[in-house]
Amino acid sequence: MTIDRRTLLGTALAAPAVALLPRRASAATAGPLKVAFIYPSPLGDAGWAHQHELGRLAMQAALGDRVKSAYVESVAEEGADAERVIRKFATDGYGLIYTCSFGYMNSTVKAAHSFPKVKFEHATGYKRAPNLGTYSARFYEARYLSGIVAGRMSKSGVIGYVAAFPIPEVLQGINATLLGARSVNPNATIKVVFVSTWFDPGKERAAADTLISQGADVIDHHTDSTAVAQAGEEKGVYTIAYNSDQSKYGPKTCLTAVTHVWDKFYIKNVSSVLDGTWKSADVWGGVNAGMVALAPLNPVIPGSVRDEVAAATAKIGSGELKPFSGPIKDQSGAVKVAAGTSMTDADILRMDWFAEGVQGKLG
Amino acid sequence: MHSALLLSVLVATLRAATPLLFAGFGELVTERSGVLNLGVEGMMLTGAALGFMGAASSGSILVGLLLAMVGGAALSLVFGVLTLSLMANQVATGLALTIFGVGFSALIGVSFQGVPLTGLSSVIWPSLAQAVPWLQQLMLIDPLVVAALLLPFAVQLFLYRSRAGLVLRAVGESHDVAHALGYSVLRIRYLAVVFGGAMSGLGGAYLSLAYTPMWTENMVAGRGWIALALVVFSTWQPLWLALGACLFGFVTIAQFQAEALGIDISPHLLAMLPYLITVLVLVLISRDRVRLKLRAPAALGRPFHATV
Repeated sequence: MTIDRRTLLGTALAAPAVALLPRRASAATAGPLKVAFIYPSPLGDAGWAHQHELGRLAMQAALGDRVKSAYVESVAEEGADAERVIRKFATDGYGLIYTCSFGYMNSTVKAAHSFPKVKFEHATGYKRAPNLGTYSARFYEARYLSGIVAGRMSKSGVIGYVAAFPIPEVLQGINATLLGARSVNPNATIKVVFVSTWFDPGKERAAADTLISQGADVIDHHTDSTAVAQAGEEKGVYTIAYNSDQSKYGPKTCLTAVTHVWDKFYIKNVSSVLDGTWKSADVWGGVNAGMVALAPLNPVIPGSVRDEVAAATAKIGSGELKPFSGPIKDQSGAVKVAAGTSMTDADILRMDWFAEGVQGKLG
Repeated sequence: MHSALLLSVLVATLRAATPLLFAGFGELVTERSGVLNLGVEGMMLTGAALGFMGAASSGSILVGLLLAMVGGAALSLVFGVLTLSLMANQVATGLALTIFGVGFSALIGVSFQGVPLTGLSSVIWPSLAQAVPWLQQLMLIDPLVVAALLLPFAVQLFLYRSRAGLVLRAVGESHDVAHALGYSVLRIRYLAVVFGGAMSGLGGAYLSLAYTPMWTENMVAGRGWIALALVVFSTWQPLWLALGACLFGFVTIAQFQAEALGIDISPHLLAMLPYLITVLVLVLISRDRVRLKLRAPAALGRPFHATV
C-alpha cells in the first residue's frame, strides 16, 4: 500500500476523533485511562524528576489497572522538542498529560489548545485553560521547618545556603529558612552563594566548601545534585538536602531534606479524571496536603528539637502558623510584612527581597 | 585568619583548574599536531563515567583512572579513524563525538548513580595535618592536582625541548613538508589524538573520583568547552594555558568567596566574570592577526592525504 498525502491527512484528522470517541462514550467500561508524565531531567536516584517519578509509581500502584501510565525523561524545557513529545502523547490516545517543569508552560498551553479533549496539568506554571490545570507545592513551608533544625543544630549561628538563581521560589526558601532558624535562635544568619545553575556538582561542591571555610556550620541548598550533602559528610559539617532524602550521601551529617511528595496529589488528581469530577484548577498545596515534607530526621538531632519541629509541623498543617507572618524586615530594615499580618499568596509568588539576617545580594 | 582564607582560596582554585588542565593540555597537544577535536566534553564525560565505574567495582581508584584514560583514548581513536583515515570533517565529527559521549556516558553509568565512593585521598598524611594546623587547608590537595600542576612543564619541555615535540609541531604547521621529510603524518596525529583523549578522560575522572566523588549524568557540565576555549585563549602556548586554567578556576572560586563574605558586588556580574574574561582575552589576541596566525598551528583542521 502506498501512503499519499490524502490518506495521511485523512488518518491524521480521523485519529483524534477515533481515539476519543470510544472513551467518551463509555468511560466506565473502556480500557484504562492513559496518563503521561514528562520530566525535564534524567530520573537519577535523587532530585526533581525522581520525586515526580515516585509520585507516578505511587499513583499507578494505588489505581491499578484503571490507569496505564508512561513517562519520558530528559525532555529539554524550551523549544520544539517539548511540544513534539506532548503532542505525540496526545495523538497516541493519552487522556491526561502531566508536564512536570516550569519551562514546559508555553508548549503545554499550545498543546492544550490543539487537543481540547485531552486534560493537561502543568507543574509550577501560571497559565491555565479549561483543559489545563496547574499544580505546585509550598516548598517554603518545609523550608521553615528545616530552618528550625538548622537554627538549633548550628553552633556558630551561621547557615550557608547554596542557591541556584534569585527567583521567587528560591528566595521564598531562603527567607523561610531564616525565619524558621530565627524562631529558635534570634541571632541566626544566612550566607547565600548563587551558583547560577540548577545542576553542576562541581560548582555546588565548590560553593559548599567556600561556605564551610567561612564558618557556616549548617549548609542548606537549593540546587539539584547531591554534591552538597557529600561535601558536608566529607568535612563533618551538617547539611540539609533538597528534593529527595539524601541520607545515604550523608549518613552522619545530612540532618534532613526538604522533599517534594507528589504521591497524594497524583492519586487524587488522576482519580478525579477517572470519576469525571476533574476541573482545571490551580493547586498550591503544602505540608497540610502532604505535598512537601521533611525527610526522616538524622539521629544526631536531639529529642527536644524533634518535638519543636513536630509542633511547628502541626501548626503549619492546621494553618495556625504561617511562615511569612510579620513582623518581617528586609535587608535594608524596611518593614515588608507588618506585625499581625501575613503575606498573601500573590505577594509570596512574586517575592524579590531578602529578609534581614540574610547575607547575599540580589541583582 | 587571612592567611587561612588565602590558602583555602588557593587550594580551591587549583582543584577547580585541575580538570581544565588535563583536558586543556590533551587538546593543546592534539591541536599542535594539526587536528581540531571538539569532542572534549564527550570524552570527559565518558572518562568520568568509566572512571567511577572502574573505581566503584574494583575498589581501586587507580583502576578507575586507568579505565577513564583508556575510555577517553578509545573514543578519540574513533574520532581519529573518521577524521584522519577517512578524512571526515573534523568539526562535525568532533561535535558528534560530544553528543555521543553525553548519551553513552549516561547509558553506561545508569546503575552507578547514587553509589557511594571514597574519593582520592590527600597527598598529605592525616597525622601530619593533625600536628600542623595550617596544613589542614592543604588536605584537599590530591595526587591528581599535583600531576596537573606538573603537566604544563612536561608539555612545554616535550614541545620545545624534544625531537618528538619538534616533529609534532612540524606536522601541525605543514603536514606536506613533514611528509616530504619522511615523517608519518597520520601516525603522529593518531598519537596526538589518542593522548588528547586519554587526558580528557583523566580530566573527567578527576571530577567523578576526586572533586565530587560520584557519578551523575552530565556532571562535567560544560568544562570540556571551557578547556577548548582556553586552548585558543592561550594561543596554543602551554604556560599561557596553565595560567588561563588557573585564572578561570580562581575567578569561579573568588565569586563564591566574595558572595559568602558579603562583598557588595552583583552576583550576576561575578558569575559572568570567568566567561567575560575569556571573551575579552579572545578579542585581545585576535586583534593582532599576525600574531594569532603565527601562533595557531597552520595546518589546524586540514585533512591530510598523502598524494605521493
